[in-house]
Amino acid sequence: MTELAERPANPAATAADRPIGFGRIQRKEDPRFVRGRGRYVDDIVLPGMLHGAILRSPMAHARLVSIDTTEALAHPKVHAVITGRDLEGLNLAWAPTLSADVQAVLATAKVRFQGQEVAFVVADDRYAARDALELIDVEYEELPPVVDVRRALDPGAPVIRDDKEGQTDNHIFDWEAGDRAETDAVFAAAEVVVSEEVVYPRVHPAPMETCGAVADYDPVDGKLTLYETTQAPHAHRTLFAMVAGIPEHKIRVISPDIGGGFGNKVGIYPGYILAVVGSIVTGRPVKWMEDRSENLMSTSFARDYVMRGEVAATRDGKILAVRTQVLADHGAFNATAQPTKYPAGFFSIFTGSYDLQAAHCSVTGVYTNKAPGGVAYACSFRVTEAVYLVERMVDVLAAELEMDPAELRLRNFIRPEQFPYKNKTGWEYDSGDYEPTMQLALRMAGYEELRREQAEKRSRGELMGIGLSFFTETVGAGPRKHMDIVGLGMADGAEVRVHPTGKAVVRLSVQSQGQGHETTFAQILAEELGIPPEDIDVVHGDTDQTPFGLGTYGSRSTPVSGGAVALAARKVKEKARAIAAAMLETRPEDLEWEKGRWYVKGDPGVGKTIAEIALGAHGTVELPEGIDGNLDAEVTYDPPNLTFPFGAYVCVVDVDRGTGKVHVRRFVAVDDCGTRINPMIIEGQVHGGLADGVGMALMEFIGFDEQGNNLGGSFMDYLIPTAMEVPDWETGHTVTPSPHHPIGAKGIGESATVGSPPAVVNAVVDALAPFGVRHMDMPCTPARVWEAMQGRPTPPI
Amino acid sequence: MQVPAPFDYVRATSVADALDLLERHGPESRVVAGGHSLLPMMKLRLARPEWLIDINDVAELDHVTRDGDWLRVGALTRHATLLSSALVGELFPIVHDAERVIADPVVRNRGTIGGSLGQADPAEDLTTVCDVLRARVVVTGRAGERVIGMDEFHRGPYETACEQSELITEVRFPIRPRSGSAYEKVERRVGDWAVAAAGALLVLADDGTVADATIGLTALGLEGCAVDAAAVLLGAHPSEEVFAEAGRLAAAASSPVEDQRGPVDYKRHLADELTRRVLRSAATRAGAGVLTATTGG
Ligand SMILES: Cc1cc2nc3c(=O)[nH]c(=O)nc-3n(C[C@H](O)[C@H](O)[C@H](O)COP(=O)(O)OP(=O)(O)OC[C@H]3O[C@@H](n4cnc5c(N)ncnc54)[C@H](O)[C@@H]3O)c2cc1C
Repeated sequence: MTELAERPANPAATAADRPIGFGRIQRKEDPRFVRGRGRYVDDIVLPGMLHGAILRSPMAHARLVSIDTTEALAHPKVHAVITGRDLEGLNLAWAPTLSADVQAVLATAKVRFQGQEVAFVVADDRYAARDALELIDVEYEELPPVVDVRRALDPGAPVIRDDKEGQTDNHIFDWEAGDRAETDAVFAAAEVVVSEEVVYPRVHPAPMETCGAVADYDPVDGKLTLYETTQAPHAHRTLFAMVAGIPEHKIRVISPDIGGGFGNKVGIYPGYILAVVGSIVTGRPVKWMEDRSENLMSTSFARDYVMRGEVAATRDGKILAVRTQVLADHGAFNATAQPTKYPAGFFSIFTGSYDLQAAHCSVTGVYTNKAPGGVAYACSFRVTEAVYLVERMVDVLAAELEMDPAELRLRNFIRPEQFPYKNKTGWEYDSGDYEPTMQLALRMAGYEELRREQAEKRSRGELMGIGLSFFTETVGAGPRKHMDIVGLGMADGAEVRVHPTGKAVVRLSVQSQGQGHETTFAQILAEELGIPPEDIDVVHGDTDQTPFGLGTYGSRSTPVSGGAVALAARKVKEKARAIAAAMLETRPEDLEWEKGRWYVKGDPGVGKTIAEIALGAHGTVELPEGIDGNLDAEVTYDPPNLTFPFGAYVCVVDVDRGTGKVHVRRFVAVDDCGTRINPMIIEGQVHGGLADGVGMALMEFIGFDEQGNNLGGSFMDYLIPTAMEVPDWETGHTVTPSPHHPIGAKGIGESATVGSPPAVVNAVVDALAPFGVRHMDMPCTPARVWEAMQGRPTPPI
Repeated sequence: MQVPAPFDYVRATSVADALDLLERHGPESRVVAGGHSLLPMMKLRLARPEWLIDINDVAELDHVTRDGDWLRVGALTRHATLLSSALVGELFPIVHDAERVIADPVVRNRGTIGGSLGQADPAEDLTTVCDVLRARVVVTGRAGERVIGMDEFHRGPYETACEQSELITEVRFPIRPRSGSAYEKVERRVGDWAVAAAGALLVLADDGTVADATIGLTALGLEGCAVDAAAVLLGAHPSEEVFAEAGRLAAAASSPVEDQRGPVDYKRHLADELTRRVLRSAATRAGAGVLTATTGG
């Protein structure tokens, strides 16, 4: 008990000095979560609700010879068994993906990955539904699978997508950015060129809550209410209208509390559609909730990029150009989520934080017999892969030049006066001041001292590594004229209403999966209008109650909807000014604003608070011309550019020479996400992302055997880090606001996930330098680290 | 949610009751102790018993008692109990070494020594510990009890001498003066099963030479102890040289298989590396003088 008293007082805990606006406050949503009062999809129970379960393919590639459902249908608790053939009759066997491809809802002629949906059972309870799955008799005729992405385009490779008219191989797309000829010329003339194959293995978002839905189709009024684990309720509603032919005004998508998304809950999964079909067929609500293995084996994976990275430089360490060729494994259906014009997402940000003469990347997407997806996973549309590649390659160059990697980075940063900076692949970096951020991280880490310690340890044969990464992201997609998903422009909305008593509600088109939107967005409104955050209710995740928008992923909520909230608040503020002027019998231009109040210029004692104005607006005050009551506003924000958060990370590891085991001893993270709305939430986002990054760097990996069997289908096989594998995080920050964003905020949701894996791997490779190791691929498991020491690191493919 | 196939459930109140229930419900009945091996298998429908006979109320199976030259541990003793027992730690530090790296606190609070030995998973740690300590297992049936050595009890992966109608009731550890024991495991992450592990027991003679030695390996494809490796230690003074030789022989005795945890040569290397490490600790714990301090590699 005494220990408790000695703990420093939590500054956020005292109500008195709680900020009205930006600052450190505890999350408004947390009391309900910590008391077990969150309401997730699986908590939804509707009268008469039935339960669905999916029969999945045990094989990676096979012809479906026959499906016999007789016995399952005879189960006393089973209401329906649906197969691909049934769906064909409804024209629902295939659904469009988010990448202009189609995906089987239930397999028809073939199965194309292990875990693919084959049949759907609807029963009284989830136990009976599972039991009935075993009563379905499926005959498969095995086909050779395509497992190794590097073999997918071989001339004789089995064609996975023979359903597609004219598809004679496993090729999906070729995409490039930058100027190839210019880049090749710089490389040809360069003093130093380094080259390395860098693999970002297939990993999984693995949110704590798996995916699921409760579909409730009312056969009388034709209205579908769909509770779903989705990060993008509005986009899902539109897609359901397109796919299922239910008119859009008859669909209500509700995304209640969501237990983590990380991109896993952007796409539309067959299970959601099947729940809807099940409800239409049975006339009763149907719940479908996948289990952990289903989540890991069938829903959106992430990454799976095989990259050949190259850097051209001068002998004295000036980086001139970067280029890369990428082979992207998209699985059996191209279902990645990203803006239409960007089939490789924003991978072309792989030029990093450096001022270059030239850059070129080309990406080839291919089909394999693996689960589809390749979605965000806290990757800001492939920024994760891009940052990993460039930050790994800069270290490879540092090794080649025998130069300190910190020094090499500092020498090549884009300089502050170069912003806004147009890079060689077409991005306009909005703002940045990299050197102070880097210097702060080095100082916090005690970089010089660490290098001294390392030298000393090396002389004793001990393996210690120091790894750096400096990342720049491109997030907050995006300007609608360049960016859309299945034709829906990537703008987002917010609607603000100030109630007569001065309390407010803000309705958002984005949906939180744990990021703290109920707090952050209340704070944005608080900052603009001076209404305390606790007096503001944030409503999201229900298409009947919120304005249209594309949802939360790619760190876009604050950059896009955050902008919308600020601008809507400013509209309210201007309206309040006109009303206040009427109330004070003066002219609007004679009023001045202080947080929460308009007052008469030169006479600060005379004014009206926002609450008084709100009451006036709803009351009997005679309103000025053009104002018809209320204190509301709605804005759809179409961002003029993306935002470019950045940061400097330092990781220190010790490697056990005898076992290959890596211990992450320290991790310093300095982030610059522009204006900081709630530092506590920012730190939380960074902590989570760092743990995620350590996980990917050290252990997370979905492997496959030669038959295409998924080897990462449970948490016994797919390892995610625990408190024991991560150190105490040391965080710091700098602030370089975005010049084009209404409040200067850039987004923080994915920074740490993007920036930390290269820091950890660079540290491990640095530790292995005495063995001549220049590169090893993630995950740095004990066995793989030991193999790297033996001079034969194997790629995780 | 993963759900098992349908099953019935009954709680036993005593060893005799459990044995009756096993008899009554026949070959498709299974005992459940901590449930941390059985329930996951049931959820994956790899195991589908028709009856679960829960022995968690059988208090007579939950004890740790010193009885002369033996330590008697009831089959229902939890991992957490073994880990928190000062007596166990003092007599058999290898048990604490192993328990510290078995799963996580949640699993250790429920999982039992009887369930661990009964499950006989090839990566299970306590089987190696019992091998190394030359423990004896008490198996009780309606006809009475048998006290058997580990070599007889443990028949191979997932196979033991405990018949379906019997119960493991106790594990007995011989207490050896001037002994030291140790266990070390490499895991990919805390709570993961072993990539590989090794355990060793050294008993020293009055002159400081090794009077008795056992070495066991986990997840390395060796059933029973590494006899040849232990043999080179007998009569020798503990030293880096003789440990290195034992390590080499332990690696030779192993026959690991490649899996997600690592390739064969790595695992064989670990057999060597970990054997040397546990021998060093065991020797120190047995009171051997300071060894030549070379670190592994
Ligand atoms: C996430 C996780 C990680 C784990 N990691 C490790 C690890 O690193 N190392 C390790 O060694 N173990 C590990 N385990 C296994 C854990 O130690 C289990 O508790 C143990 O293997 C089984 O013990 P139990 O009491 O839970 O047995 P149960 O699951 O109840 O039973 C297992 C089997 O033994 C039989 N059985 C149980 N008690 C008796 C008895 N008295 N007589 C006859 N038969 C009996 C049952 O019928 C069943 O067949 C892990 C488990 C989990 C879930």
